Order: sequence, then C-alpha cells, then structure tokens
Amino acid sequence: MPTTIPLDYYLALSAILFVTGVVGVITRRNAIIIFMSIELMLNAVNLTMVSFSAFLGDIAGQMFVFFIMAVAAAEAAVGLAIVLALFRKRQTVYVDELNIMKW
Amino acid sequence: MTTPVLLFSLFAIGAIASAVLTITRRNPVAAAMSLVGHFFMLTGLYLTLNAQFVAAVQVLVYAGAIMVLVVFVIMLLNVGNEQHLSEKPGMRKTVGTLLAVLFAAQIIGVTTARPTGMTALPDSSVAIGTTEAIGQSLFTTYLFPFEAVSILLLAALIGSVILAKRQLS
Repeated sequence: MPTTIPLDYYLALSAILFVTGVVGVITRRNAIIIFMSIELMLNAVNLTMVSFSAFLGDIAGQMFVFFIMAVAAAEAAVGLAIVLALFRKRQTVYVDELNIMKW
Repeated sequence: MTTPVLLFSLFAIGAIASAVLTITRRNPVAAAMSLVGHFFMLTGLYLTLNAQFVAAVQVLVYAGAIMVLVVFVIMLLNVGNEQHLSEKPGMRKTVGTLLAVLFAAQIIGVTTARPTGMTALPDSSVAIGTTEAIGQSLFTTYLFPFEAVSILLLAALIGSVILAKRQLS
C-alpha cells in the first residue's frame, strides 16, 4: 500500500466512472437519466484533466475543466429544454418511443 | 494507512457507488440525488489534488445550478418510475455494455502494466490550484476562449428559451 496516491489510481478511477456513464447511456430509456449519465462521463474526463494538471504542475488542465464546465452548463440548459419540448409534443421522455428519425 | 490514502479510498468508493446508484435507480429523483452525492465525492477528489478552485466551482455549478435544473425538469414533467429499466436487453445493448467494460479493463490494464511513475503530487500543484493562479491565467493566456464561452452561454440561453417556449409567434 503506497503512502501517497499515484496518478495511475486517479486514471483508473476516472475510467471506471466514464464507463459507468457509458453503460447508463446505453441501457436506460429515460431521456433525463441518459442526460445525467452524460454528465457522469463529462465529470470523469474532468477528473482526468485535473489529475494530470496537478501531477504535471501545468495549469492548462484546470483551465480546460473550467471551459468544460461552462459548455456542460450550456448543454444542460439546451438539453433539458429539448426534453421539455419533446414531452410537450409527444407526452413521453422514453427514448425508445421516439423513432421519427429512424428508417 | 496515511491520510491521503484514506481520503482517496473514501471518495473513490463513494464516487463509484453513487455513480452506479445514478444509473440503476428507477425513480428519476433518486437518480438525481445520487448524482448530487457523486458531485460532492468528486469535489473531495479535487481537493485531494490541491485543486481548490475547481472543487468550489464543481459545487457551485454542478451540484448547485445544473442539478437544480435537472430536478426542476423532473418535477415539471412529473414522470413516474420506469416500468422496465430497459425495454429489451437486446443485442445492441449487450454488445455496447460489453465493449464499454472492455474499454475500462483496457485503461486499467495499461495503467497497471506501464505505470506513469508519478507517485506523489509535486509541490507546484498547491500554487496552480488557487483562484489567484487560475484567474491570472484566465485573463491573460486564455482571454479569448473566456470571451468565446460568454458568447456560447448567451447562445445557449436564447436557444433554451426558444425551445422551451410554448408557441413561437
């Protein structure tokens, strides 16, 4: 057991969290929960960025996280507005009931 | 066990557990609450990396703003529990999940087979995580992306108002 945490542990942890998000997107039907799974994936990447930034002593990684958070906030607003508009039109948030773009 | 190891294990286990809860809860509100817990665990992990500013912004933006938005939409739509977690286990879902797990195994395999050799945080990590250092960098080197993000946020604001409006006239 090491006395300090090496970078590899953070990378492995964020890989696990990212895959949890991917599994959520693939298996769930509720659009809001798929949206939350996307947030999980974004946060896993943020964790990688911050750990590289801290271990390499380079501020660029943390700046990236700042911008990713801004984009995630924009995505949250637009994504949830789309879910809202969708519900108003089709009375459902389950993605397997929405197939107008399917052929 | 030293304090860094203890804190990392605590937050890492908490983060994985709350992430798994988020994608397995039937009730959307329970999933959202697990996600809030997940964000707090990540805040703890950021603090173990000496990234104080990112940790504070994580609580403000994610656990605060974004989750309020999500819970508000859940409340507005009033959707109940999912009847089935997924419609049919299906070929696509099984293969997709398998590939995703394989991806995690691959990353963990690579990091254990060829470690980066960085076993401890350098002293410089304390200085770069502060609000002062981030602010200085934000308004000098990253001034243009900063301004571009403000335009993006404005566009998202207008877009979401138009999308959520009842009727366009």
